[in-house]
Amino acid sequence: MSKTKSYIDLKEVPMSKTKSYLEIKNLKKWYVPGDLILKGINISITKPEVIAIIGPSGTGKSTLLRCINRLVDPNGGEIIFKDLDLCQIKGSTLRKVRRHMGMVFQEYNLVERLSVIENVLTGRLGYMTSWQAFRKKFSQKDINTAYELLKTVGLSDHAKKRADSLSGGQRQRVGIARAVMQNPDILLADEPTSSLDPKTAVEIMELITDFSKKNNIPAIVNMHDVKLAQRFATRIIGMSEGYVVYDGEPSGITDTLLKEIYGGEEWME
Amino acid sequence: MGIYIYFSEKDFYMNNIDYYWERFTLKQRLLRYLVYVCFVSALFFSIRTVEVIPEFFYDAPEQMMDLFSRMWPIEFEYYPIAVHTAIIETLNIATLGTLVALVLALPLALMSASTIVSYSWVHWVARFFLVSSRTVNSLVWALLFVAVFGPGIISGVLAIAFRSIGFIGKLLGEALDEVNMGSVEALRATGAPMITILLKAYWPQVMPAFFSIILFRWDINVRESAVLGLVGAGGIGVILSDSMNLFQWRQVSIALLAIFAVVIIAEIIVVNIRKKLI
Repeated sequence: MSKTKSYIDLKEVPMSKTKSYLEIKNLKKWYVPGDLILKGINISITKPEVIAIIGPSGTGKSTLLRCINRLVDPNGGEIIFKDLDLCQIKGSTLRKVRRHMGMVFQEYNLVERLSVIENVLTGRLGYMTSWQAFRKKFSQKDINTAYELLKTVGLSDHAKKRADSLSGGQRQRVGIARAVMQNPDILLADEPTSSLDPKTAVEIMELITDFSKKNNIPAIVNMHDVKLAQRFATRIIGMSEGYVVYDGEPSGITDTLLKEIYGGEEWME
Repeated sequence: MGIYIYFSEKDFYMNNIDYYWERFTLKQRLLRYLVYVCFVSALFFSIRTVEVIPEFFYDAPEQMMDLFSRMWPIEFEYYPIAVHTAIIETLNIATLGTLVALVLALPLALMSASTIVSYSWVHWVARFFLVSSRTVNSLVWALLFVAVFGPGIISGVLAIAFRSIGFIGKLLGEALDEVNMGSVEALRATGAPMITILLKAYWPQVMPAFFSIILFRWDINVRESAVLGLVGAGGIGVILSDSMNLFQWRQVSIALLAIFAVVIIAEIIVVNIRKKLI
């Protein structure tokens, strides 16, 4: 009974009491039986910092991130978030947990035909009933927050524009604002900079780092760009073929390690 | 320098390998000829089985002139007497039929979309109803409903509705299937319930297609409901059939003119609304 109580209002669980922000234990996932994508992942997040996951394409980075908020269902292991095993929950409990996890996507995943401000407000839909959503009954506080967030990401002038009129970098800013709008306890970002030019990529990473620091929450960011990861992350997890092969300081990433993660060495010249 | 990027003309002539390329293989070509032969022979045999009676055939222009002379001048006085009420009735049948079809087609469209429901048996159930609605012509639906509810508007409305379910449901289901799943995923990630996802991720994306389909079907239904009266399902068709049976050709011509005008007006309305939507 007490366990049921604990997730009805997750905000009541103070952060200091939970031992860690996120605990992943022996996580396994396969799409085709026998062909494991994640071969027993163990990650423990105890500090509110930016954590970059690097590794080649198809190594399970996206799958790992999507297992955390259960857009993908894991086949084995545990994911402990706020004293709850996320692998076991479903239905409304799952939806309530998802409210507390903001997600940023590579292709931004905005609702193209809605306005920018409506896209930001979308982050609150997990807290509202469908009837409220239908009547667009966002609270005044939410509307204020949304406009403040747009100011922070530098898109105040674009609030009423349609999302499909924005550039890639601007769309990703909206994507981040939407995730932050959820008031999340953890930020998940799946290749947030891979579709952007190098300058915009740095700006987007700065935003993510800022939000992580300001709200004191961890941000897990999947990346291709090792240099960018080393610049912004304070912890790097290297993945290769479904295993974690490195977990530690960005300075610990050596050429030998990169060869092991990505294979070959010609690309490094 | 090592690598040639530019091939000179000399390079081409020095290369004396003939590469083999053909659009179709021999088997494909033979198959294509076989299809042509089938078409031509089908045409030949069908002309033979139609059994055109030459006397009637040569007589046709004369008969047509005769008919036109009977239809002229158009009896405009008949319009306020009977045609007006009937043409409004036809418009009502078309509009009501489209709305009823919409209500019935919506759940079937949702059920048939694989981006919404993942159980294939649900798809099959939905498809069964959609296909059965489309295979029966609205005139045949009308015959059925006239037999059940008797002649009148209600039979017309239901005939139009039942024929339209398949059309609207199928096209709407396809529009739902082509939705960008990224937005849907993003909304799932915020913890939004399913109905909210339908409202906020699916609906904005299918809205233009939705109105386009409804308007298109209404346009078709205006034309179809003009014919339904022939089997007693109300509307302008009743006037048309009565006048024909009584050899009142000048009344037939005003009825035809009214149908023509309504179809043109419907077309103009639909084109203009659709322009504003997209």
